[in-house]
Amino acid sequence: MALLLSVLEQGMIYGILALGVYITYKILDFPDLTVDGSFPFGAAITVRLINGFGVPAILTLPIAFLGGALVGICTGLIHVKLKVRDLLSGIIMMTGLYTINLWVAGSGYVAIFDKENIFNNSFVNSITPGFLVNFKNVIIIFLITMVAKYLLDWYMSTKSGFLLRAVGDNDTIVTSLGVDKGLVKIVGLSIANGLVSLSGCIYAQQQRSFEISIGTGAVVIGLASVIIGTSLFKKVTFFRVTSSVVVGSILYKACVAVAMFAGISPNAIKLITAVLFLIILVISMDRKKVKAC
Amino acid sequence: MLELININKNYNPGSVNELCLFKDFNLTVKDGEFVSVVGSNGSGKTSMLNIICGSIAVDSGKILINGEDITKQKDYIRQRRIGRVYQDPSKGTCPSMTILENMSIAENKGKPYNLGRGVNKAKLETYREMLRPLNLGLEDKMGVQVGSLSGGQRQALALLMATMTPIDFLILDEHTAALDPKTAEIIMELTDQVVKEKKVTTIMVTHNLRYAVEYGNRLIMMHEGKAILDKAGEEKKSINTEEIMGIFNKISVECGN
Repeated sequence: MALLLSVLEQGMIYGILALGVYITYKILDFPDLTVDGSFPFGAAITVRLINGFGVPAILTLPIAFLGGALVGICTGLIHVKLKVRDLLSGIIMMTGLYTINLWVAGSGYVAIFDKENIFNNSFVNSITPGFLVNFKNVIIIFLITMVAKYLLDWYMSTKSGFLLRAVGDNDTIVTSLGVDKGLVKIVGLSIANGLVSLSGCIYAQQQRSFEISIGTGAVVIGLASVIIGTSLFKKVTFFRVTSSVVVGSILYKACVAVAMFAGISPNAIKLITAVLFLIILVISMDRKKVKAC
Repeated sequence: MLELININKNYNPGSVNELCLFKDFNLTVKDGEFVSVVGSNGSGKTSMLNIICGSIAVDSGKILINGEDITKQKDYIRQRRIGRVYQDPSKGTCPSMTILENMSIAENKGKPYNLGRGVNKAKLETYREMLRPLNLGLEDKMGVQVGSLSGGQRQALALLMATMTPIDFLILDEHTAALDPKTAEIIMELTDQVVKEKKVTTIMVTHNLRYAVEYGNRLIMMHEGKAILDKAGEEKKSINTEEIMGIFNKISVECGN
């Protein structure tokens, strides 16, 4: 039971990250490695806000989103204005963010065990009936993930969202429509990294700590979730793609949990991640989409 | 009115591959003209369109629209008053979006792309009415992704989308070249219809000499960055395909083709 809950919790938290990766990888066709930096960035902001400034936990969510959005704008500006290749723009941001994350958090490991967070605060504790105590986290994560998913669905149905879909599809037409395609890409990257950072914010509060290494491989987890989700639920229309991405993320976490349960050492987790991702890529035949460096 | 004044354009300047495409090139297109442009590969037809649309920059010279200098204007700003259809049918539409979504996004050209609803359901019937005269059955496929349509269907849709909003110029870049002869014929007739209906000033680059002679009210033949033949009005009407073919063959022979 505890294992199942943990898989659901982490799966949905990383599901929000996967929504961000979905925007860049599938919609914008932009392999964005900034994710490895913006995920811990969200976590770093969160522990600093809670530990350093005593900000109410609920406020960390929008602030982390905005922080991530800012990071996405930087990646976009490097790519669009300075004309650096997409992959390299992400690598530059990811590398720089490592140091920034250490600065923001204060050190490579920061615990917030004794502080209130979005799962454990006087308000949530007062409205949670006794029999739901064990499910408190998963319910809160579910609610936040759904809000993020529906907001993204809504955005994608707006005129601005249409442009975002168009720019990844065929950027010539965006120019034909009299719109700066560079700006559309920057907007897309900022929303994507906002979601990734939001995911990092929730992760830090679920783990009750920040660790600098959580960013390593975050983009791979996101990509794996997106590919599992989109290839398993291929036949569904666009509006449910976001749901399938979240489900993909839960399935991915389940795979990892099974591997750990089978007795594989936690030290091997990154290797498992890499091998699992390779298997998923090969099975889903999505290999051509992965651009070579 | 569109004016290209003393346009100079070199490719790869300073290298051994330097290629002078335009040297003091001049062209004036009056309002309401439908100009067909023919010429061999490398004669500068498509480059001319790219210069007009801002896809490539000029080395020197001026581009004026109704007297306003747009030489330095960004491509996407220029294209707010230009409709363009490409040779490649996939360039004028969004493949992963439906016909309804494609038409909605095209109709919004010139207005802000804000957080308003992308699709206006009330417009569905209007769009269907626009598609019906094409006789391609597109009006019954509003929810179908454009990527699954044939090249001809996509090109018809692209043409419609390019001319949905008020534009000053319609730029057609070999827009029938990738289609089979029958579909090309349908698209060409549709083009003529749209141009006459909207009275939009049009520049059409084509490799099909017959289209160039049959359609439009001005014909330009380009060769090595110059307009070597320019016939408008009555002169254009008296010209026939054989004559054009003769001139075309002559310049090609000189080139060694």
